[in-house]
Amino acid sequence: MDNLELKKTALNVRQGIIDAVYNAKSGHPGGSLSAADLYTFLFFEELNIDPKDPKKADRDRFVLSKGHTSPGYYSTLANRGFFPVEDLKTFRHLGSYLQGHPDMKHIPGVDMSSGSLGQGVSAAVGMAESAKIFGDKFRVYTLLGDGEIQEGQVWEAAMFAGAKKLDNLVVIVDNNGLQIDGKIDDVNSPYPIDKKFEAFNFHVININGHDFDEIRAAFKEAKETKGMPTAIIAKTIKGKDISYMENQASWHGVAPNEEQYNVACEDLKKVGECLCQK
Amino acid sequence: MSEVKKIATRESYGKALAELGNTAMDLVVLDADLAGATKTGIFKAAHPERFIDCGIAEGNMMGIAAGISTTGKVPFASTFAMFAAGRAFEQVRNSIGYPHLNVKIGATHAGISVGEDGASHQCNEDIALMRTIPGMTVIVPSDDVEARAAVKAAYEYVGPCYLRFGRLAVPVINDVPDYKFEIGKAITLKEGTDLAIIACGLPVSACLEVAEKLDSEGISTKVINMHTVKPLDEAAVLEAAKCGKVVTVEEHSVIGGLGSAVCDVLAEKMPTKVCKIGINDVFGESGPAVELVHKYGLDAEGIYGTIREFLK
Repeated sequence: MDNLELKKTALNVRQGIIDAVYNAKSGHPGGSLSAADLYTFLFFEELNIDPKDPKKADRDRFVLSKGHTSPGYYSTLANRGFFPVEDLKTFRHLGSYLQGHPDMKHIPGVDMSSGSLGQGVSAAVGMAESAKIFGDKFRVYTLLGDGEIQEGQVWEAAMFAGAKKLDNLVVIVDNNGLQIDGKIDDVNSPYPIDKKFEAFNFHVININGHDFDEIRAAFKEAKETKGMPTAIIAKTIKGKDISYMENQASWHGVAPNEEQYNVACEDLKKVGECLCQK
Repeated sequence: MSEVKKIATRESYGKALAELGNTAMDLVVLDADLAGATKTGIFKAAHPERFIDCGIAEGNMMGIAAGISTTGKVPFASTFAMFAAGRAFEQVRNSIGYPHLNVKIGATHAGISVGEDGASHQCNEDIALMRTIPGMTVIVPSDDVEARAAVKAAYEYVGPCYLRFGRLAVPVINDVPDYKFEIGKAITLKEGTDLAIIACGLPVSACLEVAEKLDSEGISTKVINMHTVKPLDEAAVLEAAKCGKVVTVEEHSVIGGLGSAVCDVLAEKMPTKVCKIGINDVFGESGPAVELVHKYGLDAEGIYGTIREFLK
């Protein structure tokens, strides 16, 4: 996919996020929207996956460690063909397979259940370690929140991954700078994030998480990195592309009402129109 | 009486893993810097390429085990019960239990028989914690024979499984030709009609001694080895209740363990008078394991005394 196609796809992913959260009257739009471009690149370009065969043995693995941004994950999987986009409207509804947080037992394409912060990264490390022990070629990717890395378990996992030289592992940090209680550096600063991962023997790449050239180059560099895991620190905008949600911590875990939903759809339409003019 | 052979079930755990590793090529053993104590070091020596030392990070170890299991391998994650069920409870609950992953948790040094390390390391709450997790199988072997059989059965069973082992050497009581271990199937070690003792783990051998003594005093005592606390063999519990009186014995808090599990069944299906013998809602303390087992009333003398009180 070229960048324009990726951008158009990311727009569809964002629309799915808004639709899912609006219909659920609950969920986490802010961190879903900030990671939408990362999700899009991962599932449409980077990962060796097949929507027709979600469990194929040699597939690359993805673990959403910041599990609350499931709307972004589900919207991407749906747009990629793992399940109908229409089903996003059932998100968080009683009886729906689209659980509030990722559920590997019921959702096609989900490799690990997650939601309790800090735990997904350990599972991803386990997958990568298993591949090393048994000589499997698949690669493992995990997406973390920048608030999530306040969890000590993240650093237990990072220490292990660095020590075991898991170069088949890519940790991506969605650095949107906000968590529920406010700015991450006001709450309990995890900065400098890059230096911390470097200290844990990671190859670290800082990028703009909304620039597909930078995203593409970072994943290429990660693949070429041998003898150590890679951490991609992606600077992003929480609530990206929805005018009133951008950089607002208050939109971490709140659903838009009808009026706000309509504004969000208009916002995305405008972004789409700009893309078409290019 | 000839000298009874005694082996710590943690020793059985390590040996069973090493042996199983010869044929089970998908078996992976994890530890958190306690391989010498949990005896997974025996596996490590035999199969170093499938042994992972996670260092002192039990929560991460459970997550790594979960991740490994998603790739189709069978991980046994090992540490002390205190850290497996206690510190890593939420990782076990969310990363292993909720997705019902095929992870085996080998928890050693359970109960007060940890000994000198004292209360901080004497986990008397793990059975309670683990059995509240939906889909978790909880096995508490009573001796070497059973511990080895349980490891093999847990490997063959697909799903999360908590195995509880002890530090202290315990008498081998199941070394009989017709011994058969089946998850969820209690073993009647001795028949009786007046009183039924349902026990698991370390005190099972003492319960046999107590039953013989009670028999000699005219109280026909049945002894059930409830090696699987979850899923509980309800039929065996109901059958035992026909004796009219039930005693449960475990090296665990009387809150939430085998005793509670038995009472849950009986309260609902066959109200019966039950005496729960275990750790009475207190923390342990430092001391030689055998002396602690005595002090906390879990040796034959203590169990006998409590039952005699119960029968008054």
